[in-house]
Amino acid sequence: MKINNYLNSLYKSLIAIFGLLLWPSQADAHLVTTGLGPVYDGIGHLVLTPEDLVPVLALSLFAGMRGAEPGRRALFILPLAWFVGGLLGLVIEGLPDIPVAAVSFFILGALVAADLKLSNKVFTVVVIVVGGIHGALNGVALKESAGVLGLVGIMVTLFVLVALVSAFTVSLKKAWAKIIVRVAGSWVAAMGMLMAGWLFRSQG
Amino acid sequence: MRNDKDLRNQGFKDFSETIGTRLSKIVLTIMLSLAWTQAAWAHVEGGQAAGFLTGLQHPWSGLDHVLAMIAVGLWGAQLGSPALWMLPIAFPMMMAVGAMMGLVGIPVPGVEIGIALSAIVLGAMILAEARPKLAIAIAVVGIFAIFHGHAHGTELPEGQSGLLYSMGFVIATGCLHGVGIALGLVHRLPAGKMALRLAGSFIAVMGVVFLWGAFV
Repeated sequence: MKINNYLNSLYKSLIAIFGLLLWPSQADAHLVTTGLGPVYDGIGHLVLTPEDLVPVLALSLFAGMRGAEPGRRALFILPLAWFVGGLLGLVIEGLPDIPVAAVSFFILGALVAADLKLSNKVFTVVVIVVGGIHGALNGVALKESAGVLGLVGIMVTLFVLVALVSAFTVSLKKAWAKIIVRVAGSWVAAMGMLMAGWLFRSQG
Repeated sequence: MRNDKDLRNQGFKDFSETIGTRLSKIVLTIMLSLAWTQAAWAHVEGGQAAGFLTGLQHPWSGLDHVLAMIAVGLWGAQLGSPALWMLPIAFPMMMAVGAMMGLVGIPVPGVEIGIALSAIVLGAMILAEARPKLAIAIAVVGIFAIFHGHAHGTELPEGQSGLLYSMGFVIATGCLHGVGIALGLVHRLPAGKMALRLAGSFIAVMGVVFLWGAFV
């Protein structure tokens, strides 16, 4: 009976997925640009840059796994640290060539996969470091284009992303759902290791 | 009062109706999938974004890789929790270590033999319904993952993004484990146990074929 229920819900899910896939796709012949000003360019920059987006998602998952309190800390501290780092990035001339994305992927992915119990203080330091460094890189990237308003767009997007993802993760009660989050973390860590390898090869 | 024959006929009728309903649902699903609309691409895909698609496709392109990934999921399903999720976590992590070794130039001897042995050993484990200690199961899967990562994780076409390739590669590998776990759920059915063991024997036999190919 249980298996029949499982097959029925699996079948319904499949039908729903295929129904969604029937949705006609748009023909993409040209690059996507926002054309809506620097704030939206900032939003677009974060959402379309996996080097920044994936660590943010991983950090939000980790915050959610740790509970509501770390989730609230990340919600306010990460956008702020990112913004401050971004302002620094706007005024400084270049940054040392550090594989930030690879390191972020690996560390944050490993934290999620291991479900490591960090104290709130250590967690806050992690959030500030991740936000500050990625923000500074964004600041350098946006210096000639979106500038401060671009950083505002990124900050707003970060707030929304962290709120949604960490709150969703906090709400997970079933063991298998938490396991899926940890598996996702292991994937992110694996991506980080591969990225480090690619960087080594391109420089070596 | 209904006799045995009537009951058997009724049972057969119910069974036929159930099968018929299931079959019609499967056919409907296939029809829907065939109706999936495709985007019109005005230009040939290339450059950075193509890296993700290449990475996503790569693990599915070699039967040796596909069978080993699915075998990990099947064995995990057979072992149950916590191996069910520990093995699919260990494999991508160690596969990335293997790929990293390949990328930084650390040689791994007998890569093709290691890949063939992974199919043989994992298939045999499923066939025998082996239940080693969790640490041993993780070690077995992890060691073979290094060979797979070393062989497949480094094959990035020129001009494509390493990051996006890595993302696609890891996600596709994880999905193959997911397929294995989903198929392995048949283990809960009485006939499913035998089906799973048969699948294990098929994987092991294919491993022997790969091993033959590695030597010839």
